[in-house]
Parts: sequence; structure tokens; C-alpha cells
Amino acid sequence: MSTTEERIAAQKRYRAAKAGTDTVDERLGSSKFLTSVLDKIFPDHWSFMVGEIAMDSLIVLIVTGIYLALFYVPSSKEVVYAPTSGHVYIPLVGQKMSEAYESVINLSFNVRFGLIMRQAHHWAALIFLAAVFFHMARIFFTGAFRKPREINWIIGLLLWQIVALEGFTGYSLPDDLLSGTGLRVIYSIIESIPFVGTWLVYALWGGRFPGTSLIPRLFVVHEFLFPLLIIGLLTAHLMILWHQKHTDFPGPGKTETNIRGSRIWPQYALKAGGLMMLVSSVIFLLAGFVQINPVWIYGPYQPYTVSAGAQPDWYLGWQDGAVRLWPHWEFRSFGHEIANPFFPGLLLPGILLSIMFAWPWIDKKIYKDYKAHNLLDRPRDKPFRTGVGAAAVTLFSLLTMASGTDIIANNLHVSYEAIVVALDYLVIIGPVVAFIIAYKACQRLQEADFHPIQRPVGGVIYRTPDGGYHTVGDVHHGPSHDAPADTSASHGAGDNGDGGAGSGSERSVSAPAAGD
Amino acid sequence: MTGTLDDNRTPFGRNPRHFGIDPDEPWPDDVPMDQDDTRWRYQGDPKGAKKAERRIAAAWTVTLLASMGLAAVYVDGANTQLAGLCWGLAFGGLGVGLILWARDLMPGHDVIASRGHHNVSSEADRVAVAESLGRGLDPMARRPFLFKMLGAVGGVFGLAIAFPIASLGPRPHRNLYKTAWGKGVRAVTLEGKPIRPSELPVNGILTVFPETDPSDALSPTLLINLGDADYETPPERVGWNIPIDGKTGIVAISKICTHAGCPASLYNVVTHQLVCPCHYSTFDVLQLCKPIFGPAARGLPQLPIAVDAQGFIVAQADYSRAGGAPVGPGFWNRG
Ligand code: HEM
Ligand code: FES
Repeated sequence: MSTTEERIAAQKRYRAAKAGTDTVDERLGSSKFLTSVLDKIFPDHWSFMVGEIAMDSLIVLIVTGIYLALFYVPSSKEVVYAPTSGHVYIPLVGQKMSEAYESVINLSFNVRFGLIMRQAHHWAALIFLAAVFFHMARIFFTGAFRKPREINWIIGLLLWQIVALEGFTGYSLPDDLLSGTGLRVIYSIIESIPFVGTWLVYALWGGRFPGTSLIPRLFVVHEFLFPLLIIGLLTAHLMILWHQKHTDFPGPGKTETNIRGSRIWPQYALKAGGLMMLVSSVIFLLAGFVQINPVWIYGPYQPYTVSAGAQPDWYLGWQDGAVRLWPHWEFRSFGHEIANPFFPGLLLPGILLSIMFAWPWIDKKIYKDYKAHNLLDRPRDKPFRTGVGAAAVTLFSLLTMASGTDIIANNLHVSYEAIVVALDYLVIIGPVVAFIIAYKACQRLQEADFHPIQRPVGGVIYRTPDGGYHTVGDVHHGPSHDAPADTSASHGAGDNGDGGAGSGSERSVSAPAAGD
Repeated sequence: MTGTLDDNRTPFGRNPRHFGIDPDEPWPDDVPMDQDDTRWRYQGDPKGAKKAERRIAAAWTVTLLASMGLAAVYVDGANTQLAGLCWGLAFGGLGVGLILWARDLMPGHDVIASRGHHNVSSEADRVAVAESLGRGLDPMARRPFLFKMLGAVGGVFGLAIAFPIASLGPRPHRNLYKTAWGKGVRAVTLEGKPIRPSELPVNGILTVFPETDPSDALSPTLLINLGDADYETPPERVGWNIPIDGKTGIVAISKICTHAGCPASLYNVVTHQLVCPCHYSTFDVLQLCKPIFGPAARGLPQLPIAVDAQGFIVAQADYSRAGGAPVGPGFWNRG
């Protein structure tokens, strides 16, 4: 197999490596910890990469963002565009604009690779948010938020909010017509908060809209405050993940008390590095070929103009959609008023978010399941939860669609009003219908599980020591559709519901698992 | 430097289950005891391994070429598409190579280990932590007065340290009720030119600003020449328009949408409706600009205008309550 030279070389390498780790160990006593790091097992399932994709796009965001910050001028000072050297964007010549906007124009046209960095930054943000949404859906539908992972669910939701705000503040920095319009709407939403609204906007904007304080403040928030929070929360998120170990889908040889997958070293170290490179690759290809946020076309922000078809970036579309669809209510009495934007802009998102924060505990109540879990649910095994998730995704999609109502109306040649009225009904009916369909679909899929011979869906067939057979389906859910799974293990004990129950002689005889 | 090949932790799998498994850890009886995680995909297949090596090398060659290409693109004027292509290929080649390397030539796949006691402590430890906490809590609980005092002081001090926040911006007071318009303030165009009524044709629409402070964001106003259209005029708004030939003539309407403050800038001359492109609130100009569709709940305010001695359009006063002021979206003390 291996020659003597190879053995000697290996021995040398081993000694060199050990000398290295010894040097560190003598200072930090770290060998035991490092072993656990290198040997750590991470389960292999494609859906667990989504969080990593979010992390990778975050890294691209940070690197490209630092580059942009070296050129951006956070100032509302009015200047007239009249560049004397380099490339000049003719249509803007002679126009009044803020220094901030001018610096973005110069970065786009006069800094080599400046434009691709800007576009990479924006594309990375869109991909980041998409990955976060997908990641969150994966956590929800598979029940990964259950005990002991509620804290990471909460941290994750906070991250989602801050990341969306980070995206919004970044989108506002160029001070172009589109972003200025977005800021105007946000100003009005904050202004509408009962009691404190006007005080709050005057503090944030340093006075009446638009003022000159906001752009430098946004810069501080976008470059410093939010990134600090994101990195801090993400560190906690990942440390907790590390400590708790990752969940996994039920499957051959997997139980609540073991973990099956590949080692961090060398498997995941290389693969995660590779994935990061691939994510960067996609971002830079998009940045090179697909134009994004061409602020020189929108023009500088002026409070008296607006372009039709003003939309926020997609991840805030649902909030914009809610603002569009909300009926024309306002409450006025005793000289006070709760203005319209408050309800769709803050109250509705507030209620939805509260439900999401509380979901791990709502879920416990629904399934009367207070135990800790390391094995995930297949969505079909929890029809009610899956139904709620489907309803939420539907609501989210319809609201996002509502944000583009004018574009839809133009393309389909129907009246804008008709679409809004239709969507007004759809956002109520759609989620209910989605819930029912998802619920029924889960039940059908479960029933298919019960007759593996009639309709084989894969799975594991166990042979018990006395010669009987059962499937992992029987292990994972009881006879009633919505019964809480009884596979949870009390901590540390080797007990594994009826599946593992100390029966080391069990053997799996069929491999393909119906993973989801 | 004491390691030898017989060491328990050799890199070459004498002890196949050396990875990460603590001998003291409770070992669930469903974890196979003798896994071999030194296997790799092309183990025992030197030809396959050679091919895999070549695939990886090819992927990294792409990166090499693309990096050189990137330098060329930079020197040659930094074309964005070419830069994106080079960058994409460079990252892509590196990534593909790394993943193939791990998949085809590296061990460490498909191992099973105990989760161990990952995040719960023994009962003894739990008792210990509760006791340690009690060491401070009990003496504190014995001094309820100090406890309450601390709460009160904390509250007041909390308010005190909020003062720097107050410097962030002025207090709103009645500022939101005012615009830059006022008695005799001329309406000027974007270029700063004052306007005579005759310059606005029938069904013409023009955005104007107060000459005294054209950049004030609540002041942009629309002059609309309604011609002979039937403009509804309640008694308190009589004389706010500039009649032309005894007809309705020119009216001045706030351009700031009462919904969320975008400029309501789309005008339909047939129906005399103003539409705000932000959330498509629609206002009927002939009926005091009242909202007829969309989320806005209030009409656009009207500015009383007149013609000054030189024949230019001026405001008679700032927007007033009778005209539907304050301008713009609602807030708590708008009332
Ligand atoms: C800034 C955004 C975020 C980043 C970068 C991030 C990153 C990650 C990563 C890398 C993992 C492990 C891999 C995986 O399971 O995909 C993970 C796990 C997890 N994340 Fe996030 N996450 C983010 C936001 C969220 C959100 C919005 C939620 C839910 C509300 C969430 C909840 C969780 C939970 C519960 C786990 C543990 C999953 C398990 O063990 O199965 N995270 N996160
Ligand atoms: S701001 Fe005009 S409709 Fe919302």
C-alpha cells in the first residue's frame, strides 16, 4: 500500500503538526478543545447549507461594503454635478444633488471596479435576505425551533429584523429618487405612532423631512451600529448551534442521542470554504451581468418628484404591500389621531412578529410536547404546523405581490383598482385556503406512509429481535394524524422512544429515507 | 516531539474510531462501535483518484486563468461584464475544486457519534449554580428598602441619561402645521421663475414652490387650471382660486399626499383626478380633493391664492385648517 518513504514522510508531517499544536497547547491548553473542533460531526443534508449561504453572503457584504465605504461621502450638502475629469454622466450634468449621491455616481463611473463592487454588494444583500427567509422556513417546517433550540429561534428572528433594516438603510444611502421616496414613507410611518411619533421622527431626522442630518446618521447606523449587532448576534447564534449540535432528519441509524454526518476536518472545512467560493461566484456573475439599482437613471432625490413604480427591495415588499392594501382607515377623536400608515406599517408586522417570537411556545401547547428534540419533524408529520407555515408563506407572497400592483396592472392591462380589490380579498382567503390544502396534503402523505407496500415512499424497515418488522414511520408518529411524536429522548439517557429502546440488535435493512 | 506511529492518535487509522469520541462519554448502544472514518471515495482506486486529482487541478486552472484575466481587464479599462465573468470564474473554479477535493480524496464521511451530554448539566451542578446565585440573592432580599430605592433611583437616572437623546433633534411643537407659504409669498417654478395666470393653459398643471424657501419639503404645491370645470367651493373657501373669464380657473393644491407624504403627481385631465404613485391613493380634484380610492383618508389641502400687483401668482396665506391643513400625512396631535 504505502512505501517506506511515504511512511517516513507521514511520520515527519505528523511530528511537525504535533509540534505546532503542542506549542499552542503549552500556552492555551487547547488540545482537547481543538480535537473536538476538528472531529465535530455536521449532518449531511442540503437544506442545512442555507444558513451557510446566508453567512457567506454576509462575508461578501462586509468585504464589498468596506470597499464602498472608502469612497462614499455621507453628506447631504447640495452640489451641482459638474465633474472636471474622468467619465462624466451627461444626463446629470448641471443637476443639483447631494454630495452622497454624487459620490455614488463617481464610484460607479470613475472608480475602476467601483461599479461591480457596488452591484456585488447589492446582489449579495438580496441573496443574503433570500437565504435568511429560506433558512427560517426550513427551521419552521421541520420543527428545528423546538426545545432546546428556542433561543436560536429568537436570536434568528432578531437577526432577520436587523438584517432587513440594514438592507433598508443601505438602500437609502445613495440618496437617489427611489430611496428618498422610501425614506419619505418610513418617515410617515414613524410619524404616525401614537404619542411619540412626531418626537421620534424629529429626533431621528434632526427635524422636518428631509433635513440634512439623516444621511450621515444613516451611514453610522449602516456601517457601524447594525453590523455590530448582526455580528454579535450571529456569533451567539453559531456558538449555540455549535454547543447544541445540529439537528438531523430521522433516517437510517439516526436517533435522538447520536449524530451522523461528516467531520468538520477535513470534510466540512473544505466544503464550507468551497460553498463560500461558489456563493461569491454567483454574486459576482450577477454583479457583472445584471444591472442593479442604477441610481444615475433614477436621478437625485427631490421631495417634489417621484417615479411611478417605486418599489422597495424585495424583502420589504410585503410591508409595502400591506401599506398599499390597507383600507383608508384613520382614527380621530379628542383632538388626536392614529394615522393610516401606523396599522399596516407597524401594527400588523408587530402582531405577526409577536406570533413568530412566541411560536416555539405555541407549538409546545398545540402538540403538548415539552421535551427536547434532536431529530427533526418531517413537515407532513405535523399537518397543523405545516398548514400555519403554508398560510404564512402565502400571506407573505400575496403582500409582496401587492407591492408590485402597478407593475402587474401595466403588464396585464387590467385596472389598478381591480387588482387591489382582488388582492384585498385574496390576502384574507389565500392563507386559509393554503392552510387547508397543506393540512390535507400532509394527511394524504402520512396515509401513504402507513401503507408502504401500496405506495412505497422509501423509509426504513426495522427488524425487531423477535423477527417482526416495522418502519421508521411507525417510530416517528403515532396512529392519529396530529399526535405528538414520541421519539424524544430525555437528556443524556440512551432512551429513544420505541425506536431505539435499548435494542442494540436492531438492524436497518433498507436504506433510502424519505427525508422531508 | 514524542509522537510515534504507535501513538493512539496517528493520522492513518490504526485506531479507526479515534475521531472525537470521548471514552468517558456515555455511549448510546445504537452507535456502531467500530466505524472506520478513514475511508475516502477513491480509496483503493488509484486510477479514479488520479482522475479526481486532474478534475480538481482543472478547476483551479480556471481560477488561475481568470485571475490573470482580471488583471488584464483592470488595466484595459475595467469593463464590468468582463470583470464579473473573471471574478465569477475565479471564485467558481476555486469552490468547485475545494468541494471535489473533499468529496473525492478526503476521509471523514458518514460517521456516527454520540451526542453526549451536550447541553444539560448533572443535577449536582444545577444545585450548585442555584446555591451560588442564592449567596447574593438572600442578602439582597433581606433589605427590601434598598431594593426599592435602587429601582426608583434607576428609573430617575435612566431618564436623566436619556437627555443626550433629546439633542438629536428639535421638538416638533407646531412646526408640522406650518409650511413656507404665507401672505403674499410668490409661487415660483423649479427654475425660480414667478408665474402669471395666463401662462397656465386650461387643464395645465404645474408644480410650484414658495419663493421664500423653495426647498421646504412640505410646501410643493400644484397649480391646476380647471378651466370651466365645476369646482365645489364651500363658503370658507370662496375666493381661494384665481378665476379666468369668470370660470373656476386656477386652484392650488398641496402636492404632498396625505397618506405617507409622497408627491401626488399623476393628473388625469379627463376625470380631474390626482393619483399618488406610491400607494395609488386617488383624489377627486373637483370635490375638494377628497380621496376616492386607496389608503389615503383625507383630502389634499387647498392653498388660497391670488394675483399680486405685478400680475404674478401669490399665496393669500399659509395652508389653513379651513383648507384641510396641516399638509401631509397624519400624526398623533393632528386632531
Ligand atoms: C443573519 C441571518 C442568519 C444567519 C447568517 C444564520 C446562520 C445559521 C447557520 C450557519 C446555521 C447552521 C446551518 C443551518 O442549519 O442552516 C443556523 C442554524 C439555526 N438558525 Fe440561523 N441564521 C440566520 C438567521 C436565522 C433566523 C431568521 C432564524 C429563525 C427565526 C434562525 C434560526 C436558526 C435555528 C433554530 C438554528 C438551529 C438549526 C438546527 O440545529 O437544526 N436563524 N443559522
Ligand atoms: S403616499 Fe400617497 S398613496 Fe401612499
